[in-house]
Amino acid sequence: MLALENLEIVQGSFRLAADMQLKPNQTTAILGPSGGGKSTLLTALAGFIEHSGDIHWQGESLRGLAPAKRPISMLFQEHNLFPHLSVAQNVGLGLRPDLKLSGEDQAKVEAALSRVGLAGKGAELPRRLSGGQRQRVALARALLRQKPIWLLDEPFAALGPGLRLEMLELVEEMRAEQGATLLLVTHAPEDAKHIAAAVVFVGAGQAYAPVPTTAFFAKPSKELRAYLGK
Amino acid sequence: MKKFLFAAALCLPFGSAAAETLTVYTYDSFVSDWGPGPQIKAAFEAECDCTLEFVSAGDGAAMLARLRLEGERTEADVVLGLDNSLMETARELGIFAPLAAAPEGLALPIEWQDDTFLPYDWGYLAFVYDNTKLTEVPDSFEALALSDLSIVIQDPRSSTPGLGLVIWVKAAYGDSAPLVWEALSDNIVTVTKGWSEAYGMFLEGEADMVLSYTTSPAYHLIAEDDPTKSAASFVEGHYLQVELVAKLAGSGQQALADEFLAFVTTDAFQSVIPETNWMYPATAVDVPEAFSQMIDPAAALSPNGFTDEDRKAGIEEWVRALSQ
Amino acid sequence: MGACAKPVNRLAKPLGIAALFVVAVLVLAPVLALLSRAESGGVSAAVWPAIRFTLLQASLSAVISVALAVPLAKALARRAFFGRGLMISLLGAPFLLPSIVAVLGLLAIWGRSGAFSDLLALVGLGPLDIYGLNGVLLAHVFFNLPLATRMLLQGWQAVPAEHYRLAAQLDLAPRARFALFDAPVLRGAAPSALLVIFMLCMSSFAVVLALGGGPKASTIELAIYQALRFEFDLASAAQLAIVQLVIGLAAAALAFHFGKASRFGGGLGAPFQNWDRRRGPMLLDGAVLVLAAFFVGLPLLAILAKGLEGLTALPSGLWAAFVVSLVVALVSTVLALGLSLALARLIEISQRGGAIELFLLLLLATSPFVIGTGLFILINPFASPFALALPITALVNAALALPIMLRILRPALSRVRHDYGRLAEGLGLSGWARFRLLTFPQIRPELGFATGLAAALSMGDLGVITLFAPPDVQTLPLLMYRLMGSYQMEAAAGVALILVASSFGLFYLFDKGGRGAGA
Repeated sequence: MLALENLEIVQGSFRLAADMQLKPNQTTAILGPSGGGKSTLLTALAGFIEHSGDIHWQGESLRGLAPAKRPISMLFQEHNLFPHLSVAQNVGLGLRPDLKLSGEDQAKVEAALSRVGLAGKGAELPRRLSGGQRQRVALARALLRQKPIWLLDEPFAALGPGLRLEMLELVEEMRAEQGATLLLVTHAPEDAKHIAAAVVFVGAGQAYAPVPTTAFFAKPSKELRAYLGK
Repeated sequence: MKKFLFAAALCLPFGSAAAETLTVYTYDSFVSDWGPGPQIKAAFEAECDCTLEFVSAGDGAAMLARLRLEGERTEADVVLGLDNSLMETARELGIFAPLAAAPEGLALPIEWQDDTFLPYDWGYLAFVYDNTKLTEVPDSFEALALSDLSIVIQDPRSSTPGLGLVIWVKAAYGDSAPLVWEALSDNIVTVTKGWSEAYGMFLEGEADMVLSYTTSPAYHLIAEDDPTKSAASFVEGHYLQVELVAKLAGSGQQALADEFLAFVTTDAFQSVIPETNWMYPATAVDVPEAFSQMIDPAAALSPNGFTDEDRKAGIEEWVRALSQ
Repeated sequence: MGACAKPVNRLAKPLGIAALFVVAVLVLAPVLALLSRAESGGVSAAVWPAIRFTLLQASLSAVISVALAVPLAKALARRAFFGRGLMISLLGAPFLLPSIVAVLGLLAIWGRSGAFSDLLALVGLGPLDIYGLNGVLLAHVFFNLPLATRMLLQGWQAVPAEHYRLAAQLDLAPRARFALFDAPVLRGAAPSALLVIFMLCMSSFAVVLALGGGPKASTIELAIYQALRFEFDLASAAQLAIVQLVIGLAAAALAFHFGKASRFGGGLGAPFQNWDRRRGPMLLDGAVLVLAAFFVGLPLLAILAKGLEGLTALPSGLWAAFVVSLVVALVSTVLALGLSLALARLIEISQRGGAIELFLLLLLATSPFVIGTGLFILINPFASPFALALPITALVNAALALPIMLRILRPALSRVRHDYGRLAEGLGLSGWARFRLLTFPQIRPELGFATGLAAALSMGDLGVITLFAPPDVQTLPLLMYRLMGSYQMEAAAGVALILVASSFGLFYLFDKGGRGAGA
């Protein structure tokens, strides 16, 4: 169980409040208008910005934990890879932050790359890869880190619709294998429909408690109707 | 870290475990490989059964500043390289001991009597020029000021010869000195920090003449076989710089220091001076042929008892005259 | 509050504070030491013209250097041509020249009997007379134009290639391009460059005297030298040192007020390609590059020519002096690097980072004579200053290079933090691993440039060693000055060439190493 208790984020004139419980081992989509605070919410969960209230995972508070100590892997919209490190090194960071990889570790890196469809690309530099491939590298790293919570901040927004759905399916498959809890920020309702079990709507300074996906789209709230333009 | 240790090892205290060590503070060029230092060290050590240790501290003025900084902790037994423009300032410090015996055999252009400071060489300041380029050589400051010749001089605030020039003009013209400086100001190309810069600029052709010594042409003759440099003789006379050595009252090596001061006026010391320090020896020892070809000034201008206050007043006058 | 923990290495703060302490001792202790030994005296009204001239020449030097650096850096940033790498390296050279060598090199071109005067004589015009403010500015621009160019160039190179492509696509007008790229770059880099050059020129002294033409061109630094050497007026020297620090502080505060680091999201490190093929700007850039190459290159050639003649007359002791200089330079570079990284980190994590940065800049406004004399007073009661000559020289040289290194490294470090900080923190990348895997590869070009400058500056520095040096230990600059002091101008020119070549070689190795094969 991931519990957000009286969470409040204040940045200048921007405010976002959240108080909810998220089921483990499933995918929750976070939907809402631009500038509503979807990314901000994830950033706070990952431990990058200040907030009041508390966050609990499996009953333990995350208060005061450094980002790397949290049970969380996060994928950003961009800058997920270090451009000067090879693909394999970028993935290897998920195992050992000092990159002192044993033979066994290297095998794991190679396996993870195969899992995301990048077998044999380990020696390349990120700039030689396409946008979709780069995000696959980041996914492979998240796979190796074996953190129970995955936060994805629109990592596939820049990809074409076909490729995006393909990536989402890959992510969902991998999530299911690891039994991870996935929070996916997106502005495309079809993404949510495709893989999410529940949807959190973020808008007007408020993150609303999760609603099962089918129910969410079947009986859209006033805010959602406005967002969808219906 | 290894590098650091290496650096530290390079600067271990120098000198070895000889029976007695005499520490002599002097100026940079005295101790360089091509200066008098090495030969004099060898000659003195051959007869004293001691180690002679030269410590260089910039030039004469820097050396004096250093003695004042060190105070009683100074390691110096003897100081070699003060001159007559710094003598009274040095005397006022009260750290020098009187000479054990009155010097004998001094051959200076002027009468010399001092119970503390012993001359070891001397030279005249002069304007040096290239005799293949200059046909009408000025014979006085007035002639120089009236000509459109260009000169490079040194700043009296940072250089000993620069200060010497200020004293020279003052000695020759007294209260009219500021007028002479004003008249000279359009001849002065620039004023450098030290002798090296000025002489270097002169050799590069930046000016017709440079403030240096009457013996400068001797260097070019002897070391470079180059007869093209000459010094201009001025009818007012030339500033006489006398370089001095003295013993510190607080030295723990009084006897050895006396021995060294006695050695200074011997031929072994004096004969080294001309071709290493490019100055005239303080005794009547033989000088190289080239030295006798140098100009012989009509008068030696060397004011007695030039004090700290005289220096400040002179420099202020100089700055004011040239800032017009 | 505070549910979010900033992962700060436990060592970062103590290390930074220790480094800050070292700097504070070097800036403040010498002044206090002078005051403690001061008997009487003090600054007279005669110092006002010196203060005025110092401000005048330093401000003009800074403004002219940076103004000329703008077109040059821009041309270098957007044009690829044969020899570009070499030209960028060569721009490091003037900054590293010992002042007397640079003066003689400049005079060989611009002097009364220099190349230009000879040309003018052919058409019956009198020799150039550069002495006075013009000469001082000429020399200072020669020294600092290249430095300013390198600092601005870094700014332009941080603009992602995508932005240029976008501009080419949209066919933006020059004014729009200026507002989009140039203005932010200048706003980010120019105040910093102005400040560094102002400070460097403020404490310039031998150059000002040699080319200033007379006592009208006197600086505060000269007054300090005079007070320490002839007058032994420690009170006056300390007061003058404080005047310099105050001026430096005011200048630094101004630069901080107007300077804001430019922020471009980084691209993926893709190689730069220029999409502007219009003829006018290309010709203009070409002209700027050629003029700059002549301005910087001709005096260097003169030094080279003179030095080659002198190579036959090299003195004994050269090799030993070379080794001493090299060791001091390397030790000082390591010290400077350690200090600057520790301090950069402290500035980042401390709430008073701005104040610390301001304080560090004061190192540039500190007179080497004051540091040397002050340290001498401090050390003398406990140990022989001779025995510590080389360690002290290395430390002081490191400290003097520190502000320049920080100016170069800080923007790069904050860029890395901005672009990859969260990713690294999320991955738990910290400490040495973070430096090795992220920071070092990302700031390598800046690191190479900065350490190259530090090494070469130390190599060519005469500064404090003169006060401490025992006779049997000499550095290359000391050997050169000693040769010049005994008529041996030719040998001195040879040593100068060796000195310049080794300074430049060191700089080149570090700088090239930083830019890597892709430069």
